[in-house]
Amino acid sequence: MKITKLKPAILVTALASSLGFLVGTASADNLTVALAAEPTSMDPHYQNLTINNSFATQVYSALVLQDVNQNLIPGLAISWKPVDDNTWEFKLRSGVKFHNGAAFSAEDVVATMQRAANVPNSPSSFGTFIKGKTFEVIDDLTIQVSTEKPYPFTPNDMSRISIIDSAFVDATTEDFNTGVASFGTGPFTLTKWLPGDLLEIKRNDSYWGTKVEWDNIIIRPISDGTTRTAALIAGDVDFIERVAPADLPNLASRSGITVFKSVSNRLLYLTLHMTDDPIKPYVTDSNDNPITSPFKDIRMRKAVSLAINRQAIADRVMDGLSAPAGQFSPKGYIGYSDNLKPDSYDLDRAKELMAEAGYADGFKLTMHGPAGRYSNDTRILEAIAQMLSRLGIDTSVETMPASVFFKRFARGGPDKKPEFTAAMSGYANGSGEPSHPLRIFIHTKQKERGYGPGNRNGYSNAEVDKLIEDGRASMDIAMGEAAFIKATDIAMKEYALLPIHHEVATWAARDGIIYEHGALDSTFLHYIRAQK
Amino acid sequence: MLGFVIRRLLQSVVVLFIMSLIVFSMINLVGDPVDMLVNPESLPDEIERVRRDFGLDQPVHIQYWKFLTGALSGDLGNSFIFGRPALSLIAERFPATIELATCALFIAVIVGLPLGIYAGLNPNGLGARMIMGGSVLGISIPTFWLGLMMIIVFSVLLGWLPVAGRGDTAVFLGIESSIFTVDGLRHIIMPAINLSLFKISMVIRLTRAGVEEVMALDFIKFARARGLSSQRIIRSHLLPNILIPIITVLAIEFGTLIAFATVTESIFAWPGVGKLVIDAIVNLDRPIVVAYLLFVVTLFLVLNLIVDILYAALDPRVRLQGGRE
Repeated sequence: MKITKLKPAILVTALASSLGFLVGTASADNLTVALAAEPTSMDPHYQNLTINNSFATQVYSALVLQDVNQNLIPGLAISWKPVDDNTWEFKLRSGVKFHNGAAFSAEDVVATMQRAANVPNSPSSFGTFIKGKTFEVIDDLTIQVSTEKPYPFTPNDMSRISIIDSAFVDATTEDFNTGVASFGTGPFTLTKWLPGDLLEIKRNDSYWGTKVEWDNIIIRPISDGTTRTAALIAGDVDFIERVAPADLPNLASRSGITVFKSVSNRLLYLTLHMTDDPIKPYVTDSNDNPITSPFKDIRMRKAVSLAINRQAIADRVMDGLSAPAGQFSPKGYIGYSDNLKPDSYDLDRAKELMAEAGYADGFKLTMHGPAGRYSNDTRILEAIAQMLSRLGIDTSVETMPASVFFKRFARGGPDKKPEFTAAMSGYANGSGEPSHPLRIFIHTKQKERGYGPGNRNGYSNAEVDKLIEDGRASMDIAMGEAAFIKATDIAMKEYALLPIHHEVATWAARDGIIYEHGALDSTFLHYIRAQK
Repeated sequence: MLGFVIRRLLQSVVVLFIMSLIVFSMINLVGDPVDMLVNPESLPDEIERVRRDFGLDQPVHIQYWKFLTGALSGDLGNSFIFGRPALSLIAERFPATIELATCALFIAVIVGLPLGIYAGLNPNGLGARMIMGGSVLGISIPTFWLGLMMIIVFSVLLGWLPVAGRGDTAVFLGIESSIFTVDGLRHIIMPAINLSLFKISMVIRLTRAGVEEVMALDFIKFARARGLSSQRIIRSHLLPNILIPIITVLAIEFGTLIAFATVTESIFAWPGVGKLVIDAIVNLDRPIVVAYLLFVVTLFLVLNLIVDILYAALDPRVRLQGGRE
């Protein structure tokens, strides 16, 4: 089962380049793309899953769209503004037609919301973005969305819901899978889906936005990274996502192929248990007796952060495909704070801090993490363990499949409490709203209010909580963002989490194709362009 | 004969029942599907909703009872991820896998059998030694590595064959398959050879062992003494006698080809059951994993039964009684 771990990938490119084999040219009007995964359904409201959502944007549009850095841009709505404390008004685009010819109007928005919140058997519903909102049609091209309390993120939420024709409000997921109901207003129309084999879309000539250049795009799911690379080199496909890191240097130096890279918003972080209670078995003194978590002391958390050589991890473990991180967002992305820098490696200072905190003699620690979930996850964890051992913390590593890890991470301990003392995991902001990571990871855990579901180490700071809540209740977006940045500054300086790095997302294409990429590691087909 | 078949079918039901119990309880020990399904940005009540909708809030024995009553009416549950019946998802992907496995088996027999006979007849020749040496390689080279090497050589360097996928399919005699189109054949040839290599080696070794054993027996010497041509000896006296163990093994191996085509399917992005199951395991799509394992067990039970019946047909000395062989 460990196919993904074995990568004679270097050989692929090395052998291939030694013979200088060149890429065949594909027709300029058709594009074949190999992606690492395929959507689980053609129903845009079936599952809130990254790959489903990025594909849905190709066939459907939403009221509000997100650009490659998740900034909001007009979609089926040309503008939006708050009309009072609890209500947003959206002005809709006129003259838009669905793929089946039906005209788009405010009624379609209401019907969509009704369906999207209640898809039967949904493994992850879009109801999260719709519940608690009332949709009122003002006229054919105006709609008002009200919430009970002031809520500045209604436009963000609306960017997550693909608009369908109101005629299909009762359509089943199967109707979308078979193409009976799959009519959107997006740049492509769906022509064919053979699950596991291929997905075909063709250009929508009556698209309201910038038309795409390709007549047809054929999407092939190829999960093996080396096979994807080989398919590109052999000319079977024109464009691939997620180049296997080991293939990258050779692919980049090949003539006829262009590689695209950008720092993504996928963050790897370390979380350290910081309350007295309960005492967990993963920190022990030299006699193997469990002790209270030393990471309750901020100096210990800082010592760990300073002892991690992020640059070395980026250079040697990640082959340059990561950027050291000091906060949730990469530079240029929503919620980024200019005040925060990644900690530089400083072992001497870390040792001093450890001594000040009273742990000069060190202790034993077991760190946990998923295996095979994030790029090089096990190797990163092992590298960190070595770095911590140099600090005097005798660290061992335990990894497990993601399916096992996430359960234990969230509630594997007594009373369904988080199990681990120190764990590594990943996060990417899918929502495009800056308070998202703060609400999930930083705010004190308050289950019934939806705060802190990912706060597994017990971090709690009343000032930070207040900043987050005030920001989330302010209809003044700029003021809200300032509050979130301040909350981020405080939380990161208190090491509520230890950011490690942002992964670098990669794509590659034959020459003549350009890809407009940003902080999202998913692939958006309508951003693949022919070079002029 | 009939009594034998009935008894075996009853045994099969017991095996299936025990298997379902083991698989169901084991898979319920691993992780929590909700963590893999629900987007972490969802509100807390969404997690509870999914747990309720998928029956995961019930104790395991009640979940199992529901599964069992469903299974008796042919319903092995809905996939968590795809929201569709697990069995129909497997059934949709199955033709691609069976087509790959059949081609691999076909290649294994037409390549392995002649080579094995040759090696058995001339055990000390240079050719035989090369064949046997090659068969050791075939058994010991890992499938995934060979698959990647084949892609490098035949797709990337030579550009003869497509890297991955199933290609065009066509319908012939009511069967939709890629072996009926040129494009489909070009797609299937690499994965089929990749999958068959281990089996080729096995067929060679089995055949050679059989040939060496049978050639030393008296009736062959007698046939020689009668002055029969070696062609005739091979065809009429040798082959029927060595085929029985080979057929037995190949029938079971056909099962393993289907069940474990996973690696080959992943490398060549072949849209078969293997990829579906790998994803299901990673994402804890329990109904698919359970349905697939029960499906594979059934497959083996059926193949075993067919082998036993064939045995009796090929070897008149074998009498089928009470499932003892």
